[in-house]
Amino acid sequence: MAAKAVKSKWDADLQVYEPHKIGLPNIKQYYRDLRTRIPFAVQFSRSGIKAAHSQTVFGQMWLVFNPLLLAMVYYILVSLLSDRGGIEYLAHIVGGLFVFFFISGSISAGAGSVTGGGRLILNMAFPRLLMPLAAVRTAFFRFIPTLPVYILINIVAGARWSWNMLLGVVFLFLIVVFSVGMAAIMATLQVYFRDTTSFLPYFLRIWLYLSPVLWFVEDAESRLPAHIHPFLVFNPLFSLIGGWTDLTLRGLMPEPRIWIAAFVWAVIALVGGALLFMSRERDFAVRI
Amino acid sequence: MLRQKPEPGEPPTVSVQNLSITYRTTFEKVPTFKSAIVRLGRGERAIREVLAVQDMSFEVPRGTAMGIIGANGAGKSTLMRALAGVLPPTRGRIEVRGKISSLLALGVGFNGMLSGRENVILGGLAAGLSREAVNQRAQEIAEFAELTEFMDMPMRTYSSGMFQRLAFSVSVHMDPDILLIDEALSAGDASFKVKASEKMNELMSSARAMFLVSHSLGSIQQMCNDCIWIHKGKLMMHDTPERCIKAYTTFLEVGENAFTLDDF
Ligand SMILES: Nc1ncnc2c1ncn2[C@@H]1O[C@H](COP(=O)(O)OP(=O)(O)O)[C@@H](O)[C@H]1O
Ligand SMILES: [Mg+2]
Repeated sequence: MAAKAVKSKWDADLQVYEPHKIGLPNIKQYYRDLRTRIPFAVQFSRSGIKAAHSQTVFGQMWLVFNPLLLAMVYYILVSLLSDRGGIEYLAHIVGGLFVFFFISGSISAGAGSVTGGGRLILNMAFPRLLMPLAAVRTAFFRFIPTLPVYILINIVAGARWSWNMLLGVVFLFLIVVFSVGMAAIMATLQVYFRDTTSFLPYFLRIWLYLSPVLWFVEDAESRLPAHIHPFLVFNPLFSLIGGWTDLTLRGLMPEPRIWIAAFVWAVIALVGGALLFMSRERDFAVRI
Repeated sequence: MLRQKPEPGEPPTVSVQNLSITYRTTFEKVPTFKSAIVRLGRGERAIREVLAVQDMSFEVPRGTAMGIIGANGAGKSTLMRALAGVLPPTRGRIEVRGKISSLLALGVGFNGMLSGRENVILGGLAAGLSREAVNQRAQEIAEFAELTEFMDMPMRTYSSGMFQRLAFSVSVHMDPDILLIDEALSAGDASFKVKASEKMNELMSSARAMFLVSHSLGSIQQMCNDCIWIHKGKLMMHDTPERCIKAYTTFLEVGENAFTLDDF
């Protein structure tokens, strides 16, 4: 190895820009930059929400009505097609759908976050991961007004209250982490393939049907042949949404494998998404 | 002119070494899965490369006010983005000593739905300023740009003069060591111009170096002590402002056909 050049007093604030090899930036430095600029992500999401007028009374109401109406549609559909019904089942759909809306909102907003940030990305140097992060924050703030409605429906459905319900927060946290990772992945994809956002609605709709929103975790287990069961956890939302609704709606303690799967999926999405995004992000500015 | 002088043995404040920058755009208007599949069928290559800066080298010692001249599309803004660290070099190397202003002025207005104040605050936060610093700065910027009553209106309602005034105020209020100004000087009416040039004079005493892109050859001549002329991504000349401007205007008069005069 070549001897390290003597650091002169002139080099105190030296910055060097060189071609990057495919690979990661200095993670420590990146993380530090990211931390100090979190206020940017917060402010970016805040002004986005303001510009969309969603903090007005009607805006907030729409955030609740939209998933609620869809929940009604599914409820009617399912009760017509099967013998399923009752307020408890409705509460289950509502709970699952609200949180699914948060995930899908994070994914779609995340997908557009980098390509939509054109002028900012082209003229400012900052950790780009802030863009999908801001998108997830926005989606989360659109999710919050639905929580009281969920609790209300839960009360009407005559929930059996239990301390277990508080553990739902853990699943909500894992869902947020998972969404951040997915938003980063989709944002990267969108830079290279601009029709990602046009495929997303179909992809998300199918994902909704494959996830325990319209059905219960135990349905999958009673109706599907036994050798399929181990594969159910391959859908991240099986454990993430399943755990959330089991806990918050019925106070049921999910099995250990649900806990483990949810945790593993959240970590995989976050680490994988962040690494993919960071390894490509220096390329974004010349491709926008 | 800048008032700082290099100390003996001091390396250049900015050193650009064999810099090349290539944009990678696509044949299609936008790259899509669909077109990727179609292309795969035909065996085409997707990427079209724009060689915006080609093999450029120059050094800028402390105390230099560098003018950058050249026609539209010459690569001036691209060079500035590389200096600000936004565009990574495709080849070559850039060394910068000191805090360089980002091209915040160009980022301002990225969202016309947001107010001028929100645009400024977001840009400042992205540049790494603290929230208090940014709020205070936004107020100074508004006052300097004489836009206090418009700061909370959406930027899509701004006239182009107001837009430029805001952009100029932003770029001179971030107190960097190295100042980048990309075509923001022609901002506003006569009285604002006077104010702008006073502000520039004030900045010159504190800045280590300055880069000024301007189509006003007069202000380059007046404010700069060094100059480069770029044409189609290549460094044509690195000399005093007088000589660069002379060569550039002669070049324009001789009139290369492919050359556009729409800058003037
Ligand atoms: N984001 C971009 N993607 C692709 N090509 C670009 C982009 N920005 C600029 N270019 C191209 O790079 C060249 C130099 O542009 P620019 O640096 O903006 O020129 P100038 O500022 O001197 O007018 C032009 O040919 C322009 O078309
Ligand atoms: Mg330009």
